[in-house]
Amino acid sequence: MPIDWKQYDPGKFYDELISSPGHPRAAARELCKRLRQLSDEELMERRDAAELAILVMGITFTVYTEGGSIDRAWPFDIIPRIIPAREWQKTEAGLAQRVQALNLFINDIYHEQRIVKDKVFPEEILKTSGNFRAECVGVEPPLGIWAHICGSDLIRDNDGRFYVLEDNLRVPSGVSYMLENRHVMKRTFPEIFEHQNILPVDDYPAQLFDMLASMSPRPQDYPVVTVLTPGIYNSAYFEHAYLAQQMGAELVEGRDLVVTEDDCVYMRTVEGLTRVDVIYRRIDDLFLDPEVFNPDSVLGVPGLMRAWRAGNVALANAPGAGVADDKVVYAYVPDMIRYYLDQEPILDNVPTYVCHDEKQCEYVLDNLDKLVVKPANESGGYGMLMGPQASRKEREDFAEQIRRNPRNFIAQPLIQLSTTPTIDGHGKVAPRHVDLRPFILSGQETNITTGGLTRVALKSGSYVVNSSQGGGSKDTWIVDTAKKTIGG
Amino acid sequence: MLSRVAESLYWTARYMERAEDLARLVNVHSNLIMDLPRSVELGWEPLIAITGSEAPFAKLFGDEMDERNVTRFIIADRRNPGSILSALFMARENLRSTRDLVPREGWEQVNDLYLHARQELKGGIAKRKRYDFLRGVIQRCQQLTGLLAGTMSHDEAYEFIRIGRNLERADMGTRILDVRSEDLLPHRAEDLTPFENIQWMSVLKSLTAYQMYRRNVRVRVRGSDVLRYLLQDPKLPRALLHCMSEVEACLHDLPRNDGPLRSVTRMKRRIQEANVPELAESGLHEFLDDLQVELSRLHAEIANTYFLLDRAA
Repeated sequence: MPIDWKQYDPGKFYDELISSPGHPRAAARELCKRLRQLSDEELMERRDAAELAILVMGITFTVYTEGGSIDRAWPFDIIPRIIPAREWQKTEAGLAQRVQALNLFINDIYHEQRIVKDKVFPEEILKTSGNFRAECVGVEPPLGIWAHICGSDLIRDNDGRFYVLEDNLRVPSGVSYMLENRHVMKRTFPEIFEHQNILPVDDYPAQLFDMLASMSPRPQDYPVVTVLTPGIYNSAYFEHAYLAQQMGAELVEGRDLVVTEDDCVYMRTVEGLTRVDVIYRRIDDLFLDPEVFNPDSVLGVPGLMRAWRAGNVALANAPGAGVADDKVVYAYVPDMIRYYLDQEPILDNVPTYVCHDEKQCEYVLDNLDKLVVKPANESGGYGMLMGPQASRKEREDFAEQIRRNPRNFIAQPLIQLSTTPTIDGHGKVAPRHVDLRPFILSGQETNITTGGLTRVALKSGSYVVNSSQGGGSKDTWIVDTAKKTIGG
Repeated sequence: MLSRVAESLYWTARYMERAEDLARLVNVHSNLIMDLPRSVELGWEPLIAITGSEAPFAKLFGDEMDERNVTRFIIADRRNPGSILSALFMARENLRSTRDLVPREGWEQVNDLYLHARQELKGGIAKRKRYDFLRGVIQRCQQLTGLLAGTMSHDEAYEFIRIGRNLERADMGTRILDVRSEDLLPHRAEDLTPFENIQWMSVLKSLTAYQMYRRNVRVRVRGSDVLRYLLQDPKLPRALLHCMSEVEACLHDLPRNDGPLRSVTRMKRRIQEANVPELAESGLHEFLDDLQVELSRLHAEIANTYFLLDRAA
């Protein structure tokens, strides 16, 4: 039995592909038509082929369990998520605006702190920030940019609009899966790509390299660019290796690097020591340099901060950029856009209650059964309270945590995440919730990925899209319906 | 090129070569046993001796060196660090951390081979399927060699792969000669019984050199000729001299190569100057022992020069 789109019902949720049972959205019409032409067996064949490709290509991520770490094949759904090109253009403008403001904010925080003096951003929040690094005060990174690579999570609510859920400014990951998903899809559905204007995504590694190279402290030479990874047991190691390979950059671990007395960074090579100009670091601030931060870190490089502060090496993202990667700071991003750019935000935040504010905290405590509460500095969906689904006991315990440390929590109404057709465990197409993580590169120019990584909750009704907690991903198509392809 | 990466590539190549050589060894030994008359008591002990794994084997299986235990131990046992499965696992782990350097298909090949082997070997392997399995391992290892030769830039990274492959090949070659000569050299060089012939043929076949021997040496398969061919032939890919020439050529293209080059040149001279007919009579074991020591010295020289660079700093 081929897919019957009339039987597909997302219910009260906004669906990315289907506007009402039987009626695909304009940009998804071609895809839905072609999927309908496949029998169940043919659809399963495509799915199996994609799974095999993923296994053979070695696209994996690492999961930590009590028994050690396990490499798992990347869970992937073959039905793409589609966004019309015109809508995407507007979203891109919103992201560029947002990241520009964030960079101005970080630079301000490590210099004059005008935004604090002007009372737009509360001083106490800065004082208690877990990601503010006193070691970075006064440093002038190239172009004044701190967050060169940003991954912002977007979700779509019932009203069909995108909202920003959070900005990842430390070491956001996922872009390699975005690139690999496209690779797998081209193997799986070659004929659809021939008949549609699906915008390509594979510019990213070249743009990333150009941006990194432009940060070099020795611009006259051909810069030595490296990717610094914690090593093969990191959950995102696949991505580190992938990006290094795609950029033609050296993939290094902390033990490959050494800072000598001239405050320059060198890598140990078969030729001897070689000077390093730019490090795309995929290690958290606190592990970067045991001389300055965590003295037990074996992942980092002793003296790295010294070299960075002396301007002898460029780090992306700059240490300390995480000060803006805090769910409390997030609540102030719309104000930052108004403050620094004198513009209205193009993309909205999800409404956010900051528990640091007494009134807002009171509201949160009174309405825990309606809200999602998140700690300020966790990622990967850890340490959250899903109010509507939690038991009374869980809510009471959480209320106690909030009272003890209100600064550490924010709350948001439960957003009705949009759905998109996904193949379920029985081989049937069913609605599943998705989000979207585009990546924004900030250098001499700003580049934004075409779409981004769509993450999907594979369990029915679930909102949890994190790969570490049973989520999967999809290819994301930005489809231009205005232009007709030849023969299309 | 990073020292750590050079080291990983070197070991990837060694482990892949080890898997291939072991597969070939088991296949040839199985054939040899079938060919020999019942009166000749050739068991499975030589395989344990060649791989130098008497102690770990005894720990797991005691003194039961029967076909089932030995083949399982050498092919499928992850508890044996020298098994084919362990070698494939280690090759994959080494390549995993350097896969930005080899063409993507190379990684896919190694990854796929390990996953395939692990799947096939769940709970050991049936005798009936053994030959096909081992042949598959050999073919895929060779495919990787060809794939890298045909798609990878022949740069430093490639040189380290070649060095690793040839050192492992030389190491395995000396081991095979050593053990085989122990049970094969009867000190009756002129008295060629058909079965001795078979035994020496098996040595050649272990190194896939039988056909080339017939073509190039053109005499009957005889101990000292086989020895000379496998030790001193400059063209045979698995002859010791050839392996060392390969390593030498690779080292020429690497920086800071004084120390390692000296070692490999000394080694080549020893091989070339060996008096093979005399060795065939006596002293072969000692000679091969010396070569083994030289080989590990050469490895240490390469490691010290390129891999352990300034690690204390």
